[in-house]
Amino acid sequence: MIPLEHYLYLSIILFCIGAMGVLLRRNMIILFMCIELMLNSANLLLVALSKFHSDNSAQIFVFFVMLVSAAEVSVGLAILVMLYRNKPSTQIDLWKKLKE
Amino acid sequence: MNLTFAQIALAALPFLPLAGFAVNGLWGRRFKETTIGIVGCGSILLSFLLSVFLFMANLSGSFATVQVRLFDWIPVANGSIGFSLMADPLSLIMLLVITGVGLLIHLYSVGYMHGDAGFARFFAYLNLFIFFMLLLVLADNFLLLFAGWEGVGLCSFLLIGFWFTNESYNAAAKKAFVMNRIGDLGFLLGMFLIVFTYGSLNFDQVFTAAATAGGANNATIIAITLLLFWGACGKSAQIPLYTWLPDAMAGPTPVSALIHAATMVTAGIYLVARCHVLFSLAPFTLSVVLAVGVATALLAATIALFQTDIKKVLAYSTVSQLGYMFAALGTGAYVAGLFHVVTHAFFKALLFLGAGAVIHALHHEQDLRNMGGLRTELPFVYRIFLVGTLAISGIPVFSGFFSKDEILMNVFQHHTVAWGLLFIGALLTTFYMFRLLALAFWGEKRGHHANYVPMNTTMKLPLAVLAFLSFAGGFAGLPEFTGLNWLHHYLSPVFSDVTLHNEPHLSIGVELGLMAFTVLAIAGVIWFYASRFKHLQTRELNQLNGELPWYKKLPANKYYVDEWYNRLLVQPINRLSDFLYRVADTLIIDGLVNRIGGMVLSAGNRARKLQSGDIGIYLYVMLAGASGLFLLYVLLGS
Repeated sequence: MIPLEHYLYLSIILFCIGAMGVLLRRNMIILFMCIELMLNSANLLLVALSKFHSDNSAQIFVFFVMLVSAAEVSVGLAILVMLYRNKPSTQIDLWKKLKE
Repeated sequence: MNLTFAQIALAALPFLPLAGFAVNGLWGRRFKETTIGIVGCGSILLSFLLSVFLFMANLSGSFATVQVRLFDWIPVANGSIGFSLMADPLSLIMLLVITGVGLLIHLYSVGYMHGDAGFARFFAYLNLFIFFMLLLVLADNFLLLFAGWEGVGLCSFLLIGFWFTNESYNAAAKKAFVMNRIGDLGFLLGMFLIVFTYGSLNFDQVFTAAATAGGANNATIIAITLLLFWGACGKSAQIPLYTWLPDAMAGPTPVSALIHAATMVTAGIYLVARCHVLFSLAPFTLSVVLAVGVATALLAATIALFQTDIKKVLAYSTVSQLGYMFAALGTGAYVAGLFHVVTHAFFKALLFLGAGAVIHALHHEQDLRNMGGLRTELPFVYRIFLVGTLAISGIPVFSGFFSKDEILMNVFQHHTVAWGLLFIGALLTTFYMFRLLALAFWGEKRGHHANYVPMNTTMKLPLAVLAFLSFAGGFAGLPEFTGLNWLHHYLSPVFSDVTLHNEPHLSIGVELGLMAFTVLAIAGVIWFYASRFKHLQTRELNQLNGELPWYKKLPANKYYVDEWYNRLLVQPINRLSDFLYRVADTLIIDGLVNRIGGMVLSAGNRARKLQSGDIGIYLYVMLAGASGLFLLYVLLGS
């Protein structure tokens, strides 16, 4: 039986890796992956605590998160494809103009 | 609620002209002139018939006063101010004058205003005026009276500036309005003081409270009456607020007759008479009223001597006659003052309408210097005008004789010096009226063409009726010693509490002697002027065209009162406004607003740079914020 602390540490590490990736990388596909990593670290936390408290409702919540993130990724990737058609690069800095 | 027929009549009375105003005001443009005339005159005719009905009912003794409360208007501390109407003998006399003379003038206007582009507008305004005037005399509390008071001021403004394309007419309208506002300020302050002192604005309650409190000449009641008299001065064109009335002659002549001679300007007299309980408790105010009245009567009469505009002469004559009325009120002779209101309404309306007939016939010529010799050309108007002139001069059996005589008599037993001044005023009145008559109708024709605009019956009929009233109206108030002073008996219930004020009557001998003396003096003036008018006229016309000697120049230029007001009041206020505009407005207020605007703008300019479009920075900030919140949570504990 793996104690709860290990799950928590793993989750924190995964979240930090994701956050650092979002902050430091400029490739949009990498950014997506990092965001997914952060979401999944949260999912891991939810599942671990659900088991610990023997309360299943958090697991249902995790399914929701996965579902929504899958939908979000599909939309995001579609946008990315459109962007790539305009400028053949996945560098996010090229799209500063979007602020206007 | 069970209403008597009299109450229904009373409630309907003021609203008939209002309905006429609404109909003519809303749809008048589409009507023919005949329809407009029927609506305008018809509504007043109905009001007049109702007034006559109420008057008859009152005479036959079916009620002493009639009251009807239409609705509660403003709830205040104890009780509420009602929109309620009341008719007592005083109101009824005013009602008859307003609706009767009003009806005649409406009728006259149909002919006079024929073909004017604003025909419907004119009748709408006139009807609205009658509505407010009826409200004024029928109100049973100060506030409703004030509503009517303001309303007639508004209508006066609208009708003076009726031909609004003329800039100077607009200026006259504004002047009348502003001068009236100055007076209204006094009225308002008076009302505040009344509410403060007696806790009510209802006439009955205030007068009862004042009478029971008693204490003649205490400071509060003097202040109240002085403030009310200030208001009356504005409306009734007394010193120092009289200068608007002569300028108000810019309006169409029927307006001058109705508003600025017969009805609205007597509102001040009505107010003082209505509040006689208060005024009788303040002898000091009464002496002020007397002094102002006498001064105005004399001053305006001297100015009238030198005017060359036919309407200006009549305007100053009106100011002067109003002075007589106030002088009567000032001696506590309220009935005499009201009697003069009635007769003055008759003969001054007649004179104005007669002047209107002359102006109409001469294609809007108003300058007396261009008239002359109209006696043979316009014989009907001449006869009308002669009746009016004799009436205002106070020739026996004409109405003005009785009313003016009663005033002079009352003033004589009160204050001999005031009587002397008013006596001189009466002579001046005769003089300027005969001068007017002579300049317009006697002597040679001076520079007008022969193609006179003919008058139709709707103009002639009112003139004839008014001429009859000017002649016979005085029999309502025969001198006291005959014991036949009907008006005095009729109004005595209203003034029952003040009759003791002028109890010591003159003996018949003194009274008759005074009367004969006055009449002889007036006859002397007439004889003097009539016998040598040709000489006087040529001399005057030469002088008018050239340079006047200083003692004539002064009154001819209205004693430069307008110029002094301009220099002492208007210009300093203008300069102050200019100063406030440049310093307070442009510098301080505008500066403040602009500075705040500028600050917001520059702050926005700086904040704008945060949105760089660099997603990395956004994320850093977001993370920093989230971490900060987390840290806060940890530090502050849950």
